[in-house]
Amino acid sequence: MTDHTDNSPAVPAEPIADPGIPAHLPRPTDVDPKAARRAERQVAAMFIASMLCAIGFAVAYYTFDIKDSWDTFLGFGASNLFLGLTLGFALLLIGVGVIQWSRKLMGDHEISELRHPAASAESDREKVLADLALGLEESGIARRPLVRNTLLGALGFLGVPAIVALNDLGPDATPSNIKKTLEKTFWKSGIRVVNDVTGRWIKASDMEIGQLVNAEPEGLVDAFDPRATAQQREDIESRSLEGAALQVAKTKSAVIVVRMEPKDISSATAAWAHEGIAVYSKICTHVGCPIALWEQQTHHLLCPCHQSTFDLADKGRVVFGPAARSLPQLPIEVDDEGYLVAKSDFLEPVGPSYWERDYK
Amino acid sequence: MTDNVAKSNGTTPAAVPASGLAAKGSAVVKWADDRLGLATSQKKMIRKVFPDHWTFMLGEIALWSFVVLLVTGVFLTLWFVPSMGEVQYQGSYDQLRGVEMSQAYASALDISFDVRGGLLLRQMHHWAAMIFIAAMLVHMMRVFVTGAFRKPREVNWLIGGVLILLGVVEGFAGYSLPDDLLSGTGLRIADGLIKSTPVVGTWMSFFMFDGEFPGEAIIPRLYVAHVLLVPGLILALVAAHMLLVVYHKHTQWAGPGRTEENVVGYPMMPVYAAKAGGFFFIVFGVTALMGGLLSINPIWKYGPYDPSKVTAGSQPDWYMGIAEGLLRIMPHWETHIFGTTWSWNVFLPGEVAPMILLGVMMMWPFLEAWVTGDKAEHHILDRPRNAPTRTAFLAAMMSVYGLLWAAGGNDLLATQFSLNMEWITRFMRVAVFVVPVLVFFIAKRWCIALQRHDSEKILHGYETGIIMRSPEGAYSERHLPISGEEAYRLTARARDNVVAAPVNGEVEAKGARAAKLRAKLSTWMFADNVQKPTAQELEEAHHHAEHEHELEAGLAHAADGHQFDGHHDVAGEELRH
Repeated sequence: MTDHTDNSPAVPAEPIADPGIPAHLPRPTDVDPKAARRAERQVAAMFIASMLCAIGFAVAYYTFDIKDSWDTFLGFGASNLFLGLTLGFALLLIGVGVIQWSRKLMGDHEISELRHPAASAESDREKVLADLALGLEESGIARRPLVRNTLLGALGFLGVPAIVALNDLGPDATPSNIKKTLEKTFWKSGIRVVNDVTGRWIKASDMEIGQLVNAEPEGLVDAFDPRATAQQREDIESRSLEGAALQVAKTKSAVIVVRMEPKDISSATAAWAHEGIAVYSKICTHVGCPIALWEQQTHHLLCPCHQSTFDLADKGRVVFGPAARSLPQLPIEVDDEGYLVAKSDFLEPVGPSYWERDYK
Repeated sequence: MTDNVAKSNGTTPAAVPASGLAAKGSAVVKWADDRLGLATSQKKMIRKVFPDHWTFMLGEIALWSFVVLLVTGVFLTLWFVPSMGEVQYQGSYDQLRGVEMSQAYASALDISFDVRGGLLLRQMHHWAAMIFIAAMLVHMMRVFVTGAFRKPREVNWLIGGVLILLGVVEGFAGYSLPDDLLSGTGLRIADGLIKSTPVVGTWMSFFMFDGEFPGEAIIPRLYVAHVLLVPGLILALVAAHMLLVVYHKHTQWAGPGRTEENVVGYPMMPVYAAKAGGFFFIVFGVTALMGGLLSINPIWKYGPYDPSKVTAGSQPDWYMGIAEGLLRIMPHWETHIFGTTWSWNVFLPGEVAPMILLGVMMMWPFLEAWVTGDKAEHHILDRPRNAPTRTAFLAAMMSVYGLLWAAGGNDLLATQFSLNMEWITRFMRVAVFVVPVLVFFIAKRWCIALQRHDSEKILHGYETGIIMRSPEGAYSERHLPISGEEAYRLTARARDNVVAAPVNGEVEAKGARAAKLRAKLSTWMFADNVQKPTAQELEEAHHHAEHEHELEAGLAHAADGHQFDGHHDVAGEELRH
C-alpha cells in the first residue's frame, strides 16, 4: 500500500487565523444583583413547587380509587392521571430548576483543557511490551509447545461441558422426536370438527356458501355440544388436554372451515372436501400466525401478520406474500348424522418451515 | 503515605476562600481519601471540561432513560409473576374475570388494575424503553454524521452498535413477558424465525421453548434474560462507553479557540454536573408525564395468549418495524434440496438482513479510515455538509430504514390511505434498492451545494438582501463580509485528500488491486467535495470586494430597503420595520 502523504500536494496556508476563545459576555444576573435575586427566587420556587407535587402524589395515591370502579377525570383514569402529573412535575421541576440555576447563577466562564493522545507514552508502551515478552519468556510458553497446545486443548474442551449441560433446555430435535411433535397434530380419523368457542359440532347442511368457521378438533375446546350424550362427554374428556399441552395442541390443530361453490374449487381440493366444504390449517406456513382474514368473493385467505394470501379453492396455494408453501388441507368427511369429521391427521406438517421438514 | 497527603492538603492553599460548606466538605474528602486515595484519580475529574451543544444531549437521553428503566423495572418485578402456570383470573378487570390465563398475564393485569400506581409505572417503563432505543439510534446518527467515530473513538462506536442490538433484544424480551395475545403472537413469529435457521433451527427452537411452542418455559427464561442477563450486559457496556468518553474527552465543534489539541467548555463541577443531573430529572419527569397521559400497550384489550387467535393489524413495537417490513416484502423463496428445507423467505429478512444493515453501519468507520489512510486523531467534528459521501450514505441508510418501516405497516397504509396492499408490497420490493441510491445522490449534491454556499460566504460575504442598481442600470445584490469568528468557524476543517491511483509498476501486483480500489473509493468519496478557499483566494476576493465597496460606499449601518442602496444620503433616516 502506498503512503498517501508522499504524493499529496503541499497544503495551502490556512485562510483565517484562529481568533481564540471569545471574551466572556456577562449575563444580566452577573451584573445586576436584582436579576440574580430574581433568578434565585425562580429556582427556589420551582423546588418548592416540586415538593408540593411530591405531596400531591401521596394525596392522589390515597384519594382516587382504582380496581372495579375507578374514578375518572376528563375521561382518564383519575388515579393514573394524577399520579403521573404529580410525579412528572415533581421530577421535572427539580430538573428545570437545577438547569435554571446553572444557566443563570453558576459561573459560566468557558475554560479550555488540553487533550492528550489516547495512546500511552512511548516509554510506557515499550515497558509493557518488554514486560510481556519477559513474562512469556519466563513462562516458557514458546519453548514448550506441548504444554501450550495441551492447555489450549483443555480450555477448548471446556466448551463440551458448557454445551452439553445446556442440552436439557429442551428435547433433542431428532427426526423421531420431530415426527412425534411438529409433524403430528390432535387430528385423527373420526374426530369431529367443532366451533372453536362454543364447541358445537358443525353440520355440513348448516354451512352456507361463503361462510367461514374457526374450528378445533373436539377435545381442545373447553365446551361441549349440547347434543353430546353423557357417554360422549366422558369420551371427549378422556381425550382432552390442559395447560401447556393444550396450548401446544391448539398451536398446530386450529383449522378454518369454509364452504365454497363446488364448481369453483379444483378437483384436488374437492377430493378432500365435502360438497364444497373444505378444512384448512389455520396456521400460516410463513412464520406461524393464525390466519384470519377471509375474502369471500375470491376464496382468498389473508394472514394479518405478513399478508401471505392463500387460495382456498385451489389446495391453499400461495397467491401473494412471503409464504412459500400452500396451506395444508385436512381431509374430511361427514359422519352418519351429517357432522364434519376428520378423515385423518394432516398429511404434511402444519405451520412454518424447518430444516428437517422434508426428511422421510 | 497518609502523612504526605495530609501535609500536601495542609500546605496547598485553596484557590477559593473556604466557606463553611467547603471546610466541612474538605473534612469528608480527607476522611475518604485517607482510606480510598481517591484524590489522585479525581483531581482531573472535578473540573473536567465538557463542550456544550444540544446534539451532545442525545446520548444523555439514552443514558437517563436507561436509568428510568432500571428504577421502574425494579418496581414492576415486585408484583410481576414470570410463570406460565394457568390460573383463573379473579382480579378487578370485569371483562376477563373467570378467564383461564397464565400467571404472567394475570399479574400484569393486577399491576394495571389492582396496584395503585402500577399502571403508571408499567406505562413509564414501556415509554422509557421506546425513548431508550430511539435516543440510541438518533445518537448513533449524530455520531455518524459528524464523524465522531474517527480515531480514537472506533471502539466506542462498536460498543454503541452492540448496545443498540442489546437494547432491541431487551425490548423484545420485555414486551413478550405479559403473555397477552399480541406478545404471544410476537413470540410465535420469533419461533418461526428461529426455525428457519439452516441446520440448527429446529434444535434452537426446541431448546428455547423446552419443546414445542409455546410450552411453559419461555416466560421464566425471557424474564431472567430481561431483568438480569441483558441489563447486566447493557450496564457493563454503558459503563465502558462512558469511561471511554471521559478518557478520550468529548469531541467539539469547530470554532474560535477550539482546536484538535484542546477541549473548550464548562467544568463538570458545577455547571455540567448541574446540567446533566438536572437533565436526568427532566427525562424522568417527561417519562412520568407520558405514563400518566399517554396509554401504551393496553394488554387487557388483547386478552390472554391463545395460539389459535390473532388480531388484525398486529404490530410489534416500533423498533422491530424494519424486521417486520423485511419479512413482509421478501419474495416467497424456499429451496428443497437433499431432504433439507432452506427458508430464504424467513431466514434472509429475519436473521441475515438486519445484521447486515447494522454491520454495514458499524464497518463504515473502518472503510473510511482505510480509504483516507488517515492515522491522526480527530476531536473536531465535521459539519455534515463537509463530508458529503458520509452524510449521503447515512441519508440512504435512513431511507432504507424508513421504507422498511413503512413496509412493516403495509396493511395499515393500505387501509388508511385506500391503497392496494399488494402494490405497496411490490413497490417496496423495488424501492428499497432504488430509493437509497436516489437519496444518496440527492443528499451528496445537496451537501456539495451547501459547501459552495459556505465558500461564497467566506469569499464574498453574506447576502444582505439589498438590491443595488449601478449607474448603468444593472442590478446586483449587496454582500457584506461575515464576522471573523464565523469565517474561522467555516474554514476550521481539514482539506480532503484524494488518493491517486498507483502508476503501473509502482506497486507489485499483489497490492495493486487493493490500491486501485482504494483510489477509486477515494475519488468517489472526496473528489467532488468543495475545499475551503486558500489564503491567496481569500485575499483576491477581499481585494475585489474592497473595490466594490468603494463604489458602494456610504452604508455604515443596517439597511432595510432600496433607499439604503448606498447611493443616497441616509443621514437622519429611521430604520423601518
